[in-house]
Order: sequence, then C-alpha cells, then structure tokens
Amino acid sequence: MSELALPKIDENVIQKKDFIVRKLKKITRSENVLSHPDEIKPYETDALSAYKQTPLTVVLPEKTKEVSEILKFCNEENIKVIPRGAGTGLSGGALPLQDAILLGLGKFNKILEIDFENKCVITQPGVTNLGITHAVQHKGFYYAPDPSSQIACSIGGNVAENSGGVHSLKYGTTTNNILGAEMVMMDGTICKIGGKTLDQEGYDILGLLCGSEGLLGVITEVTVKILKKPQSVRAALIGFPTIEDGGNCVSDIISNGIVPAGMEIMDKALIVATDNFAKAGYPKDAEVLMIVELDGTKSEVDNMLKQVGEIAKKNNSNSIKLSKNEKERLAFWSGRKAAFPACGAMAPDYYCMDGSIPRKKLSLVLKEINNLSKKYNLAVANAFHAGDGNLHPLIMYDGSDKEQLRKTEEFGAEILKTCVKLGGVLTGEHGVGIEKRELMCEMFNDNDIQQQLSIKKSLDEKNLLNPGKVYPILRKCAEEGRVHVHRGEEKFPDIPRF
Amino acid sequence: MSIEAKKNSQISLDSEIFKPEDEQTVSDIIRDCYKKNLPIEIVGSNSKNFIGYNLQSAKTLDFSNLSGIIEYLPEELYIKVKPGTPLVLIEETLDKNNQQLAFETIDFGFIQNGKSNKGTIGGYVSCNFAGSRRFKLGSVRDHILGFRGVNGKGDIVKSGGTVVKNVTGYDLSKVVTGSFGTLIALTEITLKVSPKKSSQSTVAIHTDNLNQVSQLFDKILSSSNEVSGSVYIPDEPKNEKYNLNKSEIFKFNDLKYEGSFLAFRLEGDKRSIEERKKDLTRELVLNKFKISNLDFYQSVLFWKKVNNLELFGNSKNNILRAAIPPSNNEKLMKYLKNKYKFYVDWSGSLFWIEVEDKEEMNIKDIKKFVLNIQGYLTIIKRSEKFSFDESLFTINKTGLLISKKIKESFDPKKIFNPGKMYKEI
Repeated sequence: MSELALPKIDENVIQKKDFIVRKLKKITRSENVLSHPDEIKPYETDALSAYKQTPLTVVLPEKTKEVSEILKFCNEENIKVIPRGAGTGLSGGALPLQDAILLGLGKFNKILEIDFENKCVITQPGVTNLGITHAVQHKGFYYAPDPSSQIACSIGGNVAENSGGVHSLKYGTTTNNILGAEMVMMDGTICKIGGKTLDQEGYDILGLLCGSEGLLGVITEVTVKILKKPQSVRAALIGFPTIEDGGNCVSDIISNGIVPAGMEIMDKALIVATDNFAKAGYPKDAEVLMIVELDGTKSEVDNMLKQVGEIAKKNNSNSIKLSKNEKERLAFWSGRKAAFPACGAMAPDYYCMDGSIPRKKLSLVLKEINNLSKKYNLAVANAFHAGDGNLHPLIMYDGSDKEQLRKTEEFGAEILKTCVKLGGVLTGEHGVGIEKRELMCEMFNDNDIQQQLSIKKSLDEKNLLNPGKVYPILRKCAEEGRVHVHRGEEKFPDIPRF
Repeated sequence: MSIEAKKNSQISLDSEIFKPEDEQTVSDIIRDCYKKNLPIEIVGSNSKNFIGYNLQSAKTLDFSNLSGIIEYLPEELYIKVKPGTPLVLIEETLDKNNQQLAFETIDFGFIQNGKSNKGTIGGYVSCNFAGSRRFKLGSVRDHILGFRGVNGKGDIVKSGGTVVKNVTGYDLSKVVTGSFGTLIALTEITLKVSPKKSSQSTVAIHTDNLNQVSQLFDKILSSSNEVSGSVYIPDEPKNEKYNLNKSEIFKFNDLKYEGSFLAFRLEGDKRSIEERKKDLTRELVLNKFKISNLDFYQSVLFWKKVNNLELFGNSKNNILRAAIPPSNNEKLMKYLKNKYKFYVDWSGSLFWIEVEDKEEMNIKDIKKFVLNIQGYLTIIKRSEKFSFDESLFTINKTGLLISKKIKESFDPKKIFNPGKMYKEI
C-alpha cells in the first residue's frame, strides 16, 4: 500500500512525553492515562486497519471538565490531539499520530436523560447508536439513523462522521436527527449548542459540527431526536434482467411519489456471492436485484407495496416477491447484509469503496465499473443504497501480489473519480479521514478547500485537533482510498457492514 | 474587475445598487468592495428586510436579476436554482410535477403589508423559517443539499451536492442557511424536493383547556399516525389592542363551533387518512370533544392561512416568534393567555405572538420567560415606534464566540449585512 503522508512530527513533544503523562495524570485519574506499549496497542488504528500509528499516549477522561483541561493544556503546549469514539470508522479518521495524544471517549458511556415528553435523549458520546434505541424501545420509540455498524459505533462518532444508514432517504442522516450537543473547543472552551428546541437561532453550529470528522471540537454530550416506530414495515424483493431496467425502476418509484424507507440494489456478481454465502433464496437469473422497504401505516404500506410491484412489472422485472411477515422481510435482507463477508469468501482480499452518485446515473456508473473491471482484470461486485445514491463497489484481489494491489488502488481511485465526474461526491457514509484526503481536489478547487480550512483555522488556530485528516496534505490527487480487508481479517469482524 | 466581465455585465463599480446577472460579476463586485472596505447589503426582493437590524451600507447587491431554475430533476428529488428565483415560481414548477418543498414555506408578506409576497429563494434560505410541517419533516436547512456562493473576499466557493448523503468536508450548507446574508452571497442553491401526498384532511378539536391542549400536542407527537401539522389557535384577548380577525380568517363551512381550537392535519391517500383518523380518535380520545372535519379543499386553505401568518395580517404591532421544548408549552400558553394574541404551531413547539407597540417593554418579560423554559425568541417584526434596546435574536456567550469566528472565516472584513443579526457580526 502506498506510503501515507502524515503531518510533520514535532520532536519537542516526543521528548516531553514524561512531562505530558504526568500532567495528564493530574487532570484525570492516573489509571485513565495509558502509556505502556501494550496498553496503547489497541489504539494504533481504527477500522481502516491498513494504517497503523502508535500514539504518544492515550487518555480516557471521564468528565467534560477533564476534556476541557486536557485540550487547554495541549493547546498551550502545542500538542496534537486525536479524538476517538468506538474506533469503528472506515476512513481512518481516528488514526493516531506519534506526537499526538489520543483522546478516547469510551468512558463517556452513559445515557444522561430520556425525555419522552420532548421526544429526545441526552447521551454521552460513547454510547452506541443501537444503545439509544434499546433505551427507548419499550415505549415504541427509536433513533432513526442506522449505520450498519450500529451495534458498536458510538453516537459521538456518528456526529463526527454524520453517519447515515439504509433509511437515510426518508429519515435523513445524523445531522437531521440531533437537537443539541456539548462540545469542547481546542482552547478548552465548553460550548452548549442547541438544546431541546427545534432549530437554533444564529449560525447553525450544530450543522457545522456534524460531519466535521473531529476537526472542530470534541463532542462530550449529544441530544438526539427519537421517533415513534412505524406501525408497519414491509419489503419487496425484485429481480431485473438488465441494469437499465433496475435503474429505471428506482427513478419510476420516486417519480410516482413513493419515498421508500430503504431501497437497495445489488449487481449480478453480488447476488451470486451473497446467495452462496447466506442462502437467502435470491433469483440467480437476475442481473440486478432490488430490495424496497416501505414503512408507515398498514394500509398505506400495503398500497405502496402494490404500486411498487406494478412499477417493477412495467420495468420488465423477472421476479417479484412481497414480504408477508417480519420473518420473510428479514430473510430478504439477510443476503444483502452478508455482502461484505460474502466477498471476503470469494477472494483473499477486497477493497470496499464508498462514493455517491445521482440515482439516474447508476447504470452508467455500473457499466463504467464493469469496463474498468475488464481493464484491470479484477472482479468487482456492487452494492448500492439506491435511495440515497450511495455506491459501495467491492473490488476483489490478492494482496500478496504487489502488482494486483497497485492495480486495485488505481481501479478504486478511477471509480471515485467517475462518481465525481458524473455529478456525485467522494464520500457516502464513511467520511474522508485519511482515506480519501488526497482525492478532495477531484471535487473541490482551491477556493472551496481554502474556505473550509479557514473555518478550521478560526476554531483551532494551531491546527492541533485531528490534523492530517480530511484535507489533502500532498495537494495532489493520490490513489489512497478504500477499506482494505485481507483474508477476511476485517477489523471488528463481528460488526455487520453493508 | 476584468474588462470582459465589465462588458458583459454593464455594471459600473461606482454604482450604489448592483443587479448582477451572473456569478462572476457578483464575485468581481464583492472583491472590489473587499479591497475598498465597503459594506454591502445583500437583497433578494426585500420581502423580509424588516427582519433583523436595519443596515447602513455603502452598496446594495440586489439578486433579483440572478434568477431562474438551472436544473430540475423530479426523479432525482432535487431542484437547482439561482438565488433571485421567486419562491412562488419554484413552488408552481414543483406543483406541476406533484412535488413540493416539504418544510412548507411561510409567506411573510401578510405581516409586512397584508399582501402575499414570498420573495426569493435566496432570501428564504437565508432566514431558515420553516412552516407547519417542520416538526415532522425538518427545517429549511434540512432540505438544502448544496450551494455555490461568493464569500466576503470575492472568492467563489461551493459545498454539498445533489444527493442526500452529499457532504464531503464540512457541511457548509447548514451554516449558510439562516445566516441572514452575513456569511456568503449565494449564487446557486440545490434543494431537496419531496412528492406531494395525494390528499389531506384536517380535524379541529374545540377546546379552551390549556392542559388538554398540551396533552393533545404530546399525544400527536407520540403517535405513529404521521400527523403533518398540528396547531392551536386560541380565542383572541377581548380588547381593542389587536386586529381581532380570528373568526374572519378561519371561517370555514365545516368549522362548526366558535372559540379556541386545536387542528391537526393528515396527508396521504384517502383510505390511509380515514384509517389514521380512526386510530387518532382512539389515541386522542376525541369522543370527549366537539370536533370539526375539514375536507381536502378546506384543509389546504386552512394551512395556507396558518403559514401566511394571516392572523397578524396588516398588524402595526410587534410580532415575536418563540421556539421552546414542547413539554413547556402549557406554561407559555398560560402566561400569554388573555394578555396577548398568539397561536402555537409545530405541535406545541413554536409560538407566534403579537405585542402591542405601547407594551413593547413586555417583550423583555416574554423573552425572559421563554429563555427560562429553555427556548429562544426572535423579534420578527417591530412596530414603527419600536425604540426598545433588546437584541432581536437570541444567542448565548459561547454561541456568539463561535459565530464571530465563523463570520471571520467567511467574511473577514465584515462587509456582508453588517450587524443584521448581532451587532458584533
């Protein structure tokens, strides 16, 4: 894998390590400061495990005041800080640096208030996404954004990455589902943003914070909106003879005024792979398979499902199954949710790409990817969150063959460039991190990036908070940029990824 | 300014009012003002210029000529427009395709001078005021997918895209929305659009009991029956201070009783509406109340009147807008009852309040009350005699600190709408 450029190491800071550790032990309990190589090891990487760095030291504060004091100290002493939630991010956003303190928020793991009256939950950032739903589901409520890693990813990390999920077409991503936050700025200032009201007055600081990948502040508290569970959820499993038919059907469903809760598309390679792996009973004669999920009141869902069936027929579908019960609905999803491990079983390694495209460009993009697949002589399978235009091509290769690895990296970068060329963007739901940093100039010109950097500078003047992430260091469009999985050894193999 | 740009735009940089027709000209004008340190007022069609502080600026940048729909793809659920495009034109275009802006727009023309004037999309986005569907489907900021614009240095910048998961880098669309033209001069806006539901119906529950009203709001928010609007319109205080027009504005054939009422809206296909109505009758125990049912046509008109703020139409008084956590709505309703003319939208989360000009000092108390119940208050319209020294918008200390930094990063010399929102910005 290509050598990763990182911010220049500050030798001064490395030499001051003992002083820094002593100081941190005064701010928080001494057992919360980890400096022994064995203790630090688990923090060397996040879920983009191709890159590893040993942090100077790891600190796990327990209170907002401690976070504030740590950041203030680091700001004064020019020490870099890398915030980290659950470490499940796929773009290397929590990759440590040798001269940086890794600030883990794992001890911020409590739900502070469940407020059914105001339909919100105030939680610490280390609580898992699914943990919030678990806390409110007894009254029929849930937290809407559902990234595939929701059993493990933390809500603080969700805010940093603006995580979405299968249902983001209808329910939005994190930014549309939070009401407030407590944030500590690099100079130690503690800010309360928003609250329990809808919207906030003045600049939308919460909107800026959401998706800022830990570069603007450290989140120490989040107020999330909770929703009442829909009365009825049903799904349709539809096969098409061509990519065009599947793509047209997506557009037709939306043109008919239906906003599905989720709409997924898999190409032939993935249908075969997942069906062999999960035995989901997918039609193997289909070139494209679509799962459409609808939710709402019972009669509305039944009616929409019928309409979806009719629209599919008009678009030449060669098989349609409508879920009759919850068991069947989950069975429809079982193959799709096994997409990543299924690819892992087909080749020694796979790269998972993440980009966004306009829905109507799907068949164009898939054709282009197939051409590239032939050009590079590497197999590829495609999963597409059609509802929100988020594409995940999975490139299969053998990492022990250096030439194949180089070709795979080139292939991946070409896919992302294709996405941007066709009106899409570089990221879907995995963030930029270090993974796509150098590709930012494919999408943004100097002015665009400069505007973003000047916001960063105004809130973190010395560029100490999570430096080296999101914005290009090399200022040239290099080829890094995928989730690298070797022989199925995915980091956190037990977390679902789809 | 490049010679070519000058030739194209026919705009002299010595003018006081600029009406640019393209983005490059906007950039050239702003760059010139940046160099000369000249403050600029950014204007759409002036439909909402009464909101916020009055400006004293050397130049005016009027966007009415930078107008038109750039791209509208119904099946992709977005529309890309120039900032000076009339909001009405956008809504009509969407309507032809059975689509809409889901956040529901407010027509501020009625409180300005009693006439409809929705202004331009650029102005609307800059204010971020969403209508009745807000609590269900999000605010204006939730529907902005991307933009292009010119910052305070004259640089053309862009952010976002055309799909829901569109953000790479900081989500600047959010910060720009609701910034009252103090951060950037927008030159292109991409909005998410949504399909319109095939039918709608409104149920009015006649009650004057504020505890009941508060409970009804809560039950509506807790229901899975997808209520898309929920408003309480109380009887007006019995005095001469206000334009007492409630019974005139909300005059419908099927609104059967006089007095205060809570109305909620259901949208969808007819069968689904009927089913949900049945379910809500049980959930809200509606057989305890006097009920009116407004059919499709009456329902559409009803919500239009709510979102036109017609209750305050032509008012010479002060108009306030307060957003609060819904659990506190009973407290605020009790505080306002019989003293002020008001109504409650967003199922108990948003108050619109009218305060007579002679009582402007009471605004301070209302604001204090709203802040105490964890809300915020905006003085939307000031009476002509307004002399009151109180900030029009609410902000806390750290919020202001960060806002100043954000302002500096977009507009370092503070030339855009200086002091429009906060004196320091």
